[in-house]
Amino acid sequence: MKPSRLTLCGNWFLDRFPMAKVWNEHMTHYYAPKNFNTWYFFGSLALLVLVIQIVTGILLTMNYKPDAKLAFDSVEYIMREVPWGWLVRYMHSTGASAFFIVVYLHMFRGLMYGSFKHPRELIWIFGMCIFVALMAEAFMGYLLPWGQMSYWGAQVIISLFSAIPVIGDDLSLWIRGDYVVSDATLNRFFAFHVIAVPLALVMLVFLHIVALHEVGSNNPDGVEIKKIKDAKGVPLDGIAFHPYYTVKDIVGVAVFLIFFSTVIFYMPEMNGFFLEHANFIPADPMKTPEHIAPVWYFTPFYAILRAIPDKFAGVIAMFGAIIVLFMLPWLDRGPVKSIRYRGGIYKKALVLFVISFLVLGYLGTQPATPAAVIIARIFTAIYFGFFLLMPIYTRWEITKPVPVRVASQAGMKECVAELKQAFDEITTVVTPATGSNGQAGSKRGLSIKGIVNVITRFAKKLKASLD
Amino acid sequence: MKNLITVFLMALLSFAAGASEGVKLHAVENDLTDKESLQRGAQYFVSYCLGCHSIKQMRYLQIAEDFNLENKKVLQEIAPEGASIYDNMLTAMNAHDAEKWFGIKPPDLSLIARSRGADWLYNYLKGFYIDPAKPPLGVNNIVFKDVGMPNVFWQLQGQQEAVYKTEEGQKVIDRLVLREPGKLSEQEFDKLVTDLVNFLVYVGEPMKLEREGMGKYVLFFLFMFLIIAYLLKKEYWKDIY
Repeated sequence: MKPSRLTLCGNWFLDRFPMAKVWNEHMTHYYAPKNFNTWYFFGSLALLVLVIQIVTGILLTMNYKPDAKLAFDSVEYIMREVPWGWLVRYMHSTGASAFFIVVYLHMFRGLMYGSFKHPRELIWIFGMCIFVALMAEAFMGYLLPWGQMSYWGAQVIISLFSAIPVIGDDLSLWIRGDYVVSDATLNRFFAFHVIAVPLALVMLVFLHIVALHEVGSNNPDGVEIKKIKDAKGVPLDGIAFHPYYTVKDIVGVAVFLIFFSTVIFYMPEMNGFFLEHANFIPADPMKTPEHIAPVWYFTPFYAILRAIPDKFAGVIAMFGAIIVLFMLPWLDRGPVKSIRYRGGIYKKALVLFVISFLVLGYLGTQPATPAAVIIARIFTAIYFGFFLLMPIYTRWEITKPVPVRVASQAGMKECVAELKQAFDEITTVVTPATGSNGQAGSKRGLSIKGIVNVITRFAKKLKASLD
Repeated sequence: MKNLITVFLMALLSFAAGASEGVKLHAVENDLTDKESLQRGAQYFVSYCLGCHSIKQMRYLQIAEDFNLENKKVLQEIAPEGASIYDNMLTAMNAHDAEKWFGIKPPDLSLIARSRGADWLYNYLKGFYIDPAKPPLGVNNIVFKDVGMPNVFWQLQGQQEAVYKTEEGQKVIDRLVLREPGKLSEQEFDKLVTDLVNFLVYVGEPMKLEREGMGKYVLFFLFMFLIIAYLLKKEYWKDIY
């Protein structure tokens, strides 16, 4: 049979472009460990949010005006007059927060399972560069609606650079392009937000994935699956990324979109966390708001800044809090990757770190009362302690033996069985009699003893998991 | 160690206490689906507020569409005389005069409900009281101290007076009482303010009802999609493990 014209065209293309090769190498013949858990959804979700942000961002630029006189009203124009403008704008504003939620969870996954350790140091470095670019992107994007919080947030953050000795004042002047945040600042931030930083972001994401595919993914057990391969050279514990993880990630996408849409359609302001109330007032250089707070995803770092009494030292601490993350692969001297086999000391340190991050995040949204500053100092010390003491405490830790192959996990069935057992214990059958209408049934009542049993078992399990 | 914990707990307590300052706001019960209330609110706005405050983001045509009214009816009953249906809700007062008279240009109210919140507006509009210490208006506001706005409802609401109490050695306002009753009873005035706040909330985000109505279809679709995606995943993965 003669091949059709379409096939001929396709072949012409494939003879000249390595599409099949790329597809095979990175999808159907790229083997990922088969034991990924829920924490492994956030990488693909971050990619999804990036795409959402780029597409909605392009649509927004079609009606947005980067001009100090027009910017605020043009955003309201998008919200009211542009067909579906409100949806696009809410997707973009919610997407910004969603991006940070997803990325913070993605990074926490790395901390738990040692994904930053040898041989994945470079993936971590690229990832951290993405995080820094993302913060720059979010910070500059937040100025664009030209509301009061946009304006004064930018004013406060840019003025931090003036704390640098000698060059500080000139540097902040150079960043703003004016003595205060003004039209010049808005224009350059717009340029960075829509062209420069997204370009860098996309390139860094590409590098992040290329580096990942070179060494292969880590997994919750921290076992290198490439060490044991079958006759064809396929890792025994690996499964093809496509179709297995593509169909799995679609489930994650569906769950994510349910949360995402709930926010967009029912709570786009998220009570002032995603869209701050003060940002519905146009920027006014003559009127400082009573309380200036950055958006929630910057608040942990903002709290660290305010915790330090000296302004310049505070700036160093704030940037240090991010730089120290870059050095993580070399700070950690522990011999095993996954938290499942690490010693108790790392687990406890990680719990303390998460608590300090959350508390600092809360404090950053609140006014800096003297008491709040003291608490912020304590948790800043814990934050840095987690990283800077790591070379010491990870050396001491007594680790558990790491299996050769990935371990099978407790699946949904085991979890349900365990829950059912706990339920049976808590609620004991009180009257195992047939009802008055002859129907078989039983009444259940709460059993104090059962509750105590379940709680102690849970506490013991928790303690065991932290040892 | 024990000392440290005590210090920490005390710090936390004082911190929590410091967080709850300011006047307690009464909640307003406004309902965006109540088109009649919105319509009354729009009428009150044009009669009492539009003289000084604009809602520049809003057009009369949008009101006609969203309240299911004919254009003619909006022009007759809501819009000021001489307005066109395509006009934005602009005030006739010019900024120069406004600054001369009030010291500040009365703000545009397109987004006031989103920046201040409905409850704040409700308490603000009901919160004017006589304060001889504050010339030239002689009135002050319980939620917005030394505001440059007079009480435009004084004939309807009557004049309120503050009752003070002493708290930690300082004189603070305990509550407001009516000194001279106005044309409206308290219930009637509450209803008027509620309608007005309702309108301002609508104006802050005219597509709010549309957005919430759409949400359930989107979520229904996504739940269906989730079920199918999960079944697909299960089918593919049945040979793993």
